[in-house]
Amino acid sequence: MAYSAKVMEHFAHPRNVGEMTDYSGVGEVGNPKCGDIMRMYIKVENNIITDVSFMTFGCGAAIATSSMATELIKGKSIDDALKLTNKAVMEALDGLPAVKIHCSVLAEQAIKAAVSDYYRRQGIDPVPIVGELEDCEACELDLQ
Amino acid sequence: MDRKVYADNAATTAVSPQVLEAMLPFYKEVYGNPSSLYSLGQAAKAPLEEARATVAKALGANPNEIYFTSCGSESDNWAIKGVARAQRKKGKNHIITTAFEHHAVLHTCQALEKEGFEVTYLPVHRNGIVRPEEVEAAITDKTALVTIMYANNEIGSIQPIPEIGAICKAHGVVFHTDAVQAVGAVEIDVKAQNIDLLSLSGHKIHAPKGVGALYIRSGVAVQNFLDGGAQERNRRGGTENVAGIVGLAKAMEIACSTIAQRREKLIPMRDRLIAGLSKIEKSHLNGDPTQRLPGNVSFCFEGVEGESMLLMLDLKGISASSGSACTSGSLDPSHVLLAIGLPHEVAHGSVRLSLGDYNTEEDVDYILETLPPIIERLRSMSPLWEGIASGKITYDI
Repeated sequence: MAYSAKVMEHFAHPRNVGEMTDYSGVGEVGNPKCGDIMRMYIKVENNIITDVSFMTFGCGAAIATSSMATELIKGKSIDDALKLTNKAVMEALDGLPAVKIHCSVLAEQAIKAAVSDYYRRQGIDPVPIVGELEDCEACELDLQ
Repeated sequence: MDRKVYADNAATTAVSPQVLEAMLPFYKEVYGNPSSLYSLGQAAKAPLEEARATVAKALGANPNEIYFTSCGSESDNWAIKGVARAQRKKGKNHIITTAFEHHAVLHTCQALEKEGFEVTYLPVHRNGIVRPEEVEAAITDKTALVTIMYANNEIGSIQPIPEIGAICKAHGVVFHTDAVQAVGAVEIDVKAQNIDLLSLSGHKIHAPKGVGALYIRSGVAVQNFLDGGAQERNRRGGTENVAGIVGLAKAMEIACSTIAQRREKLIPMRDRLIAGLSKIEKSHLNGDPTQRLPGNVSFCFEGVEGESMLLMLDLKGISASSGSACTSGSLDPSHVLLAIGLPHEVAHGSVRLSLGDYNTEEDVDYILETLPPIIERLRSMSPLWEGIASGKITYDI
């Protein structure tokens, strides 16, 4: 198992890390038992994600995918953010070892969780837009 | 960042100059096959037997009780499968081991379960030490084998092997110990400690990878594991790794004759590292503080994840491991840390620093300078840390 230079670069210098107080939505996914938790904050103005930050407990890939995911959605519309797939996060990082693919899924889920929270705060049911978010869905993937 | 600190001596060690020097002639000049009759072959045979005598002496065994293998895992496989299958002929189908053995033992026992053996996995308690009375209580008239490691590879706890040996002897049960981590670190005498079989490996004591040995007390029935030619007195086929075996013997000779002085150097370094890391908030030393391998430091830090710690240490030139290196690739925390009762959440935050003969006090200083800020940085990114620090998240430890 070896990480790409891009993963290591994002791990060593993560973008958009830290807590946010004036957020429009916050979502947390993962499970400490599995060794990964991602919390993502978004600030939304006129349907555009103007700011985003994350807090992650997890491995190198979990931190790198969090960082990359925040970069990929910053300044984008909510619709575009919801279209971000784990595959796109992985590709942007020049790939991930097979056992770490679930981290990229977690990053995709963290964005969806934050957007769902944003909609809920707006009094909008997020389920028809974002879909149901299963608890720890990412963790189930490759734990056999 | 130029400083490099190798603190993973429990994973493997560098081949020492003395060992390498002893080995080199057997690659270039004395390359004959020890089974060959001509003089080039016989020239390799004599050093092979000298090596056997050296290894035997270091363990308090007889030379004809030493069998060379390719590694510690092979020795474990041979010992456990070989004894179990021989004992099955006598109607015995029960094996006693512990929950925190190396995978070479654990997975071998699991393979035997599929062949119909029953295996008792004894608890090792919070300090990582099995209780001899629990070993005794687990023995039945069906018990074929007790296999318990001499010292744990992840948390360094040393097991009460002489007591367990005495119990097994009293009950007439065969006793095997995986001593891969213990050789050269603790005094071993297979006769005085009533050990029937003992596995060891070269590369943990400055011999090369790819060579190990199994001690089998004479008279103990063990089926062959690697069928082949007449090597190792018809019990382990395969042309002998003469250079590796000579290297192993040299390494054993050095390691086992210098245990006291190396402990005297390593234990204060280990304890200074433990004392320094214990100052970190919400840190936990894994394993027993004193019944411990002289170079082993194993900690869990709440709110951080082990792999991130290792990567950051590596960026600073420090090689360490999180639990057992063999575990990497799996998402589950180490079975050893779960066996000593740590919750999953805490077990994920483990780091093992294993010091060896080439480490210095400056290395300890550098680790103590480098690791605390790494933990602080990772905690500042961790969504769990605020809750842990404020006492909202607590773990039952």
